[in-house]
Amino acid sequence: MTGEVLLQIKDLHVEGRAGDAWLPILRGIDLTLHRGEVLGVIGESGAGKSTLGLAAMGFARDGCRISGGDIRFDGIDLRQTPERGKRALRGRRIAYVAQSAAASFNPAHKLIDQYSEVPLLTGMARRTAQAEAVALYRKMQLPNPEEIGFRYPHQVSGGQLQRAMTAMAMACHPDLIIFDEPTTALDVTTQIEVLAAIRDIVRDYDTAAIYITHDLAVVAQMADRIKILLRGQEVEEADTRTMLAAPKADYTKSLWAVRSFARPERPAPKEAPLLSVQGVTAGYGKIDILKDVSFDIPAGRTVAVVGESGSGKSTVARVITGLLPPRGGQVLLDGVPLPQDYRARPRALLRQCQMIYQMADTALNPKLRLRDLIGRPAQMYLGLSGRALDARVRDLLALIELEPDSYIDRLPSELSGGQKQRIGIARALAAEPRLIICDEVTSALDQIVQEGILRLLDKLQRELGLAYMFITHDLATVRAIADDVVVMQHGKVVEAGPKAEIFAPPHAPYTELLLSSVPEMNPDWLTGVLQRRQ
Amino acid sequence: MHAVLVMILQRLALGVVTLFVVSVVIFGATELLPGDLASTLLGQSATPETVAALRTQLGLDQPAPLRYWAWATGVVQGDFGVSLATRRPIADMLAMRLGNTVFLALYAAALAVPLALILGILAALWRNSIFDRVANAGALSAISFPEFFVAYILIFILAQSGFFPSMVRLSPDMALGDKLYATFLPALTLTLVVTAHMMRMTRAAIINLMASPYIEMARLKGLSPLRIVLRHALPNALAPIINVIALNLAYLITGVVVVEVVFVYPGLGQLMVDSVAKRDIAVVQAIALIFASAYVLLNLSADVLSTLTNPRLMRRT
Repeated sequence: MTGEVLLQIKDLHVEGRAGDAWLPILRGIDLTLHRGEVLGVIGESGAGKSTLGLAAMGFARDGCRISGGDIRFDGIDLRQTPERGKRALRGRRIAYVAQSAAASFNPAHKLIDQYSEVPLLTGMARRTAQAEAVALYRKMQLPNPEEIGFRYPHQVSGGQLQRAMTAMAMACHPDLIIFDEPTTALDVTTQIEVLAAIRDIVRDYDTAAIYITHDLAVVAQMADRIKILLRGQEVEEADTRTMLAAPKADYTKSLWAVRSFARPERPAPKEAPLLSVQGVTAGYGKIDILKDVSFDIPAGRTVAVVGESGSGKSTVARVITGLLPPRGGQVLLDGVPLPQDYRARPRALLRQCQMIYQMADTALNPKLRLRDLIGRPAQMYLGLSGRALDARVRDLLALIELEPDSYIDRLPSELSGGQKQRIGIARALAAEPRLIICDEVTSALDQIVQEGILRLLDKLQRELGLAYMFITHDLATVRAIADDVVVMQHGKVVEAGPKAEIFAPPHAPYTELLLSSVPEMNPDWLTGVLQRRQ
Repeated sequence: MHAVLVMILQRLALGVVTLFVVSVVIFGATELLPGDLASTLLGQSATPETVAALRTQLGLDQPAPLRYWAWATGVVQGDFGVSLATRRPIADMLAMRLGNTVFLALYAAALAVPLALILGILAALWRNSIFDRVANAGALSAISFPEFFVAYILIFILAQSGFFPSMVRLSPDMALGDKLYATFLPALTLTLVVTAHMMRMTRAAIINLMASPYIEMARLKGLSPLRIVLRHALPNALAPIINVIALNLAYLITGVVVVEVVFVYPGLGQLMVDSVAKRDIAVVQAIALIFASAYVLLNLSADVLSTLTNPRLMRRT
């Protein structure tokens, strides 16, 4: 990795407009990238990772500006190059792979036409461009490489789109590719395929890459060197193995420590389950999403429901809460069947089971103050009002570790992502439920914030004796918080039992696939898994 | 294509239902008009007996549902009946007028639609530039003046100085060039009136998409701004644009009475106003039905075209 320098960034400053003022996003970043080298950039959301990646292309989003520093790509000063000159580099010598391929492919054009667009502009014949596209699709291990390019984006799955986008970035054999969280939106089982495909193609073409992610284990597989960003400044940079083995900065050490949270094992309960799902079959239209699903949720314990997207995890939650009446089977609470439709359930029953959602942003009414957001369920289910209600809301805020006096009159827009999720928790607690269904509650959060939410949920469980049904596709979270695990695939329960049993071999084949797909911090993990699978 | 055919047939069937409802409403509304043809024809000095006799002769003494039934069955067979005032078959009266109206509408559309699209696309491309502001201000002023005012201004500028005729005289055997020349001023007036709406929708629909991730991707692929707007934004913005165009075309056919009157243009709108004044109910009904059909057909075309431009709707299996 001592080739010539391809990209050199010195003392880069980028600012973003906030009203009339310009606030700093990047503050003095230096970056050196050699030909054929992969640099991993890690940080929480808001650390400026994407901004740095875009700045490497001489690009700033609308409302942002590159306000200082020097960006040289292969000797070309990108800050002095006019827009036309930068356009001649983009797509041709520097390519970009976006986080959500589903949103970044134009819905109006076929994949292969979007692939061919830049090659055609550089004078390549359409036939040649399409032949190269098919070759790249094959290399990226897309199914039906001859035919898949002639589909529209909506006809192709997320993992396939992400590979098609990498193929598109490769179209003109660029010297540098910016990967901006290319696997964050994917399931672990899909992610591993995309990671392998990206790593191989980058190596085979000897392309340099900046790999942006917030997932440490992922970057450990992909990068030669790792740079860590915090609030627009570099924390430290080192080659991957050194960084993993001996991080210097405290912040880096704290990132590494996140995965250490684990709850002690608890003995299995003797008494009858709080909630019991029995032989439930349910679906939308003519299609059955759930097929004969059965499992129990004991009082005061956490049952994690895991599986890839489309496996029916959230549909189970909809059946339990009565939003989707099942076609067959039943749900028992304390051994008594629940009415199938939530409208037929009296308030006393509705109160027992509350939900927390993945996107706290959209799950909170943006016009209501926290006082009302949290107070409403307390008012509705418990009939509190006036001073009693105020006291209850303050208690709840204290319970989720937010200072009541300074938060009670805030709007959701005045909170951070993790704080919003805490309000989601407080709102669920306000009804004094016995079961809380957590639907991917930590997926949208950074790891450090995730950690805080998990610890809070654990504390609340111990203090209040709550049962959780924890829907997630993140097995690290499951390891940390679950007592029991239910593994789902294609609407069926593949395996269910205490965590120790599920995580110890022998596994059902799908559980094995799921477990072995979770990236580990070991840089040799990906190679090892791929070898074992062959 | 099969799915689209099914959709067209469904919409046509719905259109027929709509027209039935509209025909009932039209018939009901004309029933509410004070006075009828007999009293209008005979004037104020007529005795009640003569009025009653004429009513019997014209069939106006029959109960309303019976008259509606007789009229509707005729219309279904293509027979709009006879004008109560002139005793001529209504179908013949309408044929030429409808031709004139459609001609003027197409003429104005041929000027306005490309103009609106080009201005809208350029305004989106150079948004917040001087061009964008001038185009917006111009289009807004044009739409804010009443049609007759625009028409008289144009007559004052272009007809007074002798470039174009201010009154439209059409004869069936005119060459197309002469016809276009003779109808230029009304077509221009209508163009000024309808361009703004279509232009602003084109601009808004495109700008709305400029923040989407696939547009950022197109920029990061190094594409030129014009190419991004035309190839990446416009195809996804077509549905709202097509709908606004259809709405304006419908207006060009049904809403041009004032312009027809100013330029003495022999179109349907004028005939309709005349017929209302004369209480020639049969003609009013026929014209209203034609207008309703125009709306139904144009909306149908807009829906079909919007669907055709959206691969997600086209390939749904």
